[in-house]
Amino acid sequence: MSEKKTKRRDFLFTATTAVGAVGAAAVVWPMIDQMNPDASVKALASTEVDVSALTPGNTLTVLWRGKPVFIRRRTQEEIDEARSVKMEDLIHPEKDEDRAKNPEWLVMLGVCTHLGCVPLNDKGDYNGWFCPCHGSHYDTSGRIRKGPAPWNMEVPKYEFVDANTIKIG
Amino acid sequence: MSDHDYRPKSKVGQWFNDRLPLLTLANHLTDYPTPKNLNYWWTFGGILTFCLITQIVTGLTLAMHYIAHADMAFESVEHIMRDVNYGWLIRYIHANGASMFFLAVYIHIFRSLFYGSYKAPREIIWIIGIIIYLLMMAAAFMGYVLPWGQMSFWGATVITNLFSAIPLVGEGIVTWLWGGYSVDNPTLTRFFTLHYLIPFLILGLVVLHIWALHVPGNNNPVGIDIKKPSKDTVPFHPYIVIKDGFALLMFMIVFAFFVFYAPNILGHADNYIEANPMVTPAHIVPEWYLLPFYAILRSVPDKLLGVVAMLSAILILAVLPWLDTSKIRSAVFRPLYRQFYWILVADVLILGYVGAMPAEGLYLLIARVATAYYFLHFLVILPVLGFKEKTLPVPLSITEPVLGGSPNLAAARNRESKIE
Repeated sequence: MSEKKTKRRDFLFTATTAVGAVGAAAVVWPMIDQMNPDASVKALASTEVDVSALTPGNTLTVLWRGKPVFIRRRTQEEIDEARSVKMEDLIHPEKDEDRAKNPEWLVMLGVCTHLGCVPLNDKGDYNGWFCPCHGSHYDTSGRIRKGPAPWNMEVPKYEFVDANTIKIG
Repeated sequence: MSDHDYRPKSKVGQWFNDRLPLLTLANHLTDYPTPKNLNYWWTFGGILTFCLITQIVTGLTLAMHYIAHADMAFESVEHIMRDVNYGWLIRYIHANGASMFFLAVYIHIFRSLFYGSYKAPREIIWIIGIIIYLLMMAAAFMGYVLPWGQMSFWGATVITNLFSAIPLVGEGIVTWLWGGYSVDNPTLTRFFTLHYLIPFLILGLVVLHIWALHVPGNNNPVGIDIKKPSKDTVPFHPYIVIKDGFALLMFMIVFAFFVFYAPNILGHADNYIEANPMVTPAHIVPEWYLLPFYAILRSVPDKLLGVVAMLSAILILAVLPWLDTSKIRSAVFRPLYRQFYWILVADVLILGYVGAMPAEGLYLLIARVATAYYFLHFLVILPVLGFKEKTLPVPLSITEPVLGGSPNLAAARNRESKIE
């Protein structure tokens, strides 16, 4: 008799705990997920930039999703320099041909992959960019060459809408 | 408190105390037996309580005027400085109060390190203290973001990006922390909320910290266990109250100097420029109290390992009671530890200095050596020292060295014999 009673209580205990745990998880998730980007933030997905005024050897910086985007119209020397680098010399090997489909135009997030500062143009040991925060050097293709940053500067999704307009995002 | 049979004198007092023994608690705090040889390094607990209350009171009043919105935050802080009655005073007390809070907590921590206050049976007091310290750093960091200046914005960017070093889920965590794809308005509003919450968490932990302290009682400069109450103790009131009060007044003179004569000397001029996501300031540095850890972060050339080293430097303190193998608490009786203690103090100061300098050349080299030594101290020197060190004889009571005029027993006995 007593054994049967214990089993009933065990069942109630287990069932209550299980329902309680699932219930708690169901309540906690919305509390966590509310901190993720909301619909209005996600809606700002793309931006169009007029690049007709940009001459070779200059960089335009625009804001996209709260982050700066570098649009660099590269000179022939910069392109040659970026394309002549050997893959084994790179920390994060990526071909310049893959980063800049149109070699004259380099479009990438102007965000250092170390801790998110904005690197400076035409600075550093590789004639590309230099991050003043913790000393990362990037080459003319925006690839990390020296310093604590682990990856190359990110190339976002972009396309030429017409000859003078780039759509980022 | 179980060793305490207290009965209020008045009928009303008895009636109330039988229902809620608050008067018993008050009596415990008043009579609490305290070692009679506590020096001024022991007054920083009281000073820290004052700092916490100051931050909460000034913070509450600032929150009545501050607007947590990316478009208005910077302007609202200037509005506090220029328009709000005594707004400049309240804000300067709050901003410099953070620095004073850390100054006091560092003295408090290094006092524990010198006198071995973290050792058995006080490990829980120590660990609660480390949690309070971590929460203080979180609160200070988020508070620094609220004025939405250039240092606010880029400090927030750099520190939140530390989480991107976590493999696989790092980027997702950073986006979640930001509530967007960069530090922006959602980040500001949640930081304001948490900045408001954390001081009250600290307040709760302070109650536990003091509760845990009142179980074994205070450590003392001699570092021995004492009977309480005994001829080695004095009641907390009035002896310690007046000593704490005097030290607090001295501390408030330093505090007032910064508030009235150099209110911006500990800050950074770049934070009077409104946040601009397009331009990073040439030289990003955190507030002075975080510089040693910042130096450790930058001394490691790998992103993930740098973050791991920085966090370890703080968390290693939590296991200190088990890393220090010596049974003797006070450095007074540990001739070798005493020297390593001062080397550690110098090491942390050097880390703080190079943390404020650019991470290149000689500075980087010094930062690397100092980082290596920091870990060497806790992971190698302390465990080995407990076995190797020849300690000095420890007195049997506090009274013994006090009457002899020296905490060093041999010297005290020597002097006593001379007097005889």
